[in-house]
Amino acid sequence: MQENDCDVIIVGGGIAGCTSALLLARAGLSVILLERGAQAGSKNSSGGRIYTHTLSQILPDFAQSAPLERRVTQERLSMLTGDSMTTLDHRQTADAACSWTVLRARFDPWLMEQAQLAGAQCITDTQVEGLMKQGNRVTGVRIGDDLLTARAVILAEGANSLLAQRCLASPKPSAENMATGVKEVLALPREKLEERFGLEGDQGCAWLFAGQPTAGKVGGGFLYTHRDTLSLGVVCNLSQLSDSARSLPQMLDNFKQHPALRPLLKQAEVMEYSAHMIPEGGLNALAPLSGDGWLVAGDCAGFCLNAGHTVRGMDLAMMSAQAAAVTLIHAHRKSDFSAASLSLYRGHLQRSALWPLMTQYRHLPADLLRSPQAFSRYPQLSADLLHSLFHVGEQPSVPLRRLLWRHARRAGLWQLLKDLRKGARSL
Amino acid sequence: MNLNDKLAKNYYQPENTAHIVVAGNAQQSALKILLNACPAGLYRRNEAGEITFDPNGCLECGTCRIVCHDEAFSLWRYPAAGCGVTFRFG
Repeated sequence: MQENDCDVIIVGGGIAGCTSALLLARAGLSVILLERGAQAGSKNSSGGRIYTHTLSQILPDFAQSAPLERRVTQERLSMLTGDSMTTLDHRQTADAACSWTVLRARFDPWLMEQAQLAGAQCITDTQVEGLMKQGNRVTGVRIGDDLLTARAVILAEGANSLLAQRCLASPKPSAENMATGVKEVLALPREKLEERFGLEGDQGCAWLFAGQPTAGKVGGGFLYTHRDTLSLGVVCNLSQLSDSARSLPQMLDNFKQHPALRPLLKQAEVMEYSAHMIPEGGLNALAPLSGDGWLVAGDCAGFCLNAGHTVRGMDLAMMSAQAAAVTLIHAHRKSDFSAASLSLYRGHLQRSALWPLMTQYRHLPADLLRSPQAFSRYPQLSADLLHSLFHVGEQPSVPLRRLLWRHARRAGLWQLLKDLRKGARSL
Repeated sequence: MNLNDKLAKNYYQPENTAHIVVAGNAQQSALKILLNACPAGLYRRNEAGEITFDPNGCLECGTCRIVCHDEAFSLWRYPAAGCGVTFRFG
């Protein structure tokens, strides 16, 4: 039998790809990782925050060497109407923080370097154009006229998974199950940024918005502070754009002009404009996870979660890479990379924290799409309610319970109850 | 700041041939969503009312591929290695 070029080929040098490469190389497997960008991260973009529970398991000293931006000590959630904002603002100490903001063109090359230090061979500027197959078995990859063979291939090519769909007959995700984020990276002198957001040292702010950013469509806005830049963006579900009065780029422009944001962004200079797709269909929209000689990990599999108050992708990519690595390490020991052997991947995922999490939120994506009015109703309701509460005039003030009742009735009691019930089920 | 100015902030290595080509027989009505969905605004209506794609400025996000049927494109690939956008922040 012909010798393989390596044990495992990994397509894609994002978080899922680099983490798999690192763990497999650590276990002594020979690994080749292929990335189409000039560097890891150079074709990548994300909102900007990584929850570090799994990173700290894999690389306990990450904080000493990783190019992290800021430790998230401020969590803000806002509902915006065209001219008002209602915010929940939580501050915590650095010890209590569990996430950092990152910029992917800086973070991903570091992670790739860790994989290389562990012994993985990482090749950038190389585009995999197809998969080699013998019958149903994936035996390697095609790069132009070159062929590379391996006992297994991990596809970690991201949300727009061309290879999985073209070579493995994985279904193309529907627009309902995908969102696109557009963002600007804005530069602001460090002192100014810290003053405007009330930050000290490496403290950072993560801020999510609903309502005005997407003009009431299913989606939202985000703002993450970095050292001397900030990421400002809008994410919108792709099924919402056909009848939208605003295009995706217009949504971002409009969000930027909101009266509550404008002063925070004054004199901030646009450094970069990027876009990225997000698989947000949840557990019910996962891609086929494994087969004969192949596994998928990260965004490519659909491991992303938008729970409204937390948006997670990077940590889930890491968790799925862990499960993929465990599966392949066992397969290597048994010298069995068959579909049956690699189907244990699902079991490893189910035993990780990722699966219960995705199970918990499995109804949320569909529920949100079924009640898109919520994205305009609740920002307006909270704006009206708080206006009545804080507004002082000549009239005697109305007791809070009467205010609540009045606004709830105006918004539709039945609808409120239905949404509450749905919310309780989804969250 | 308009969209072109924003795109001009990015670093690009252009490719000689387009990496995405709208199919000649594509239904115009099915392409309309691209006017709203493309983050880089690269799908535009020409004087004849047809929707065309300009590959310069592409952010390689894949949105157009998802919102349209595969038949809408006679070619959809990433720019060759070494070409296309390079994010410096990401």
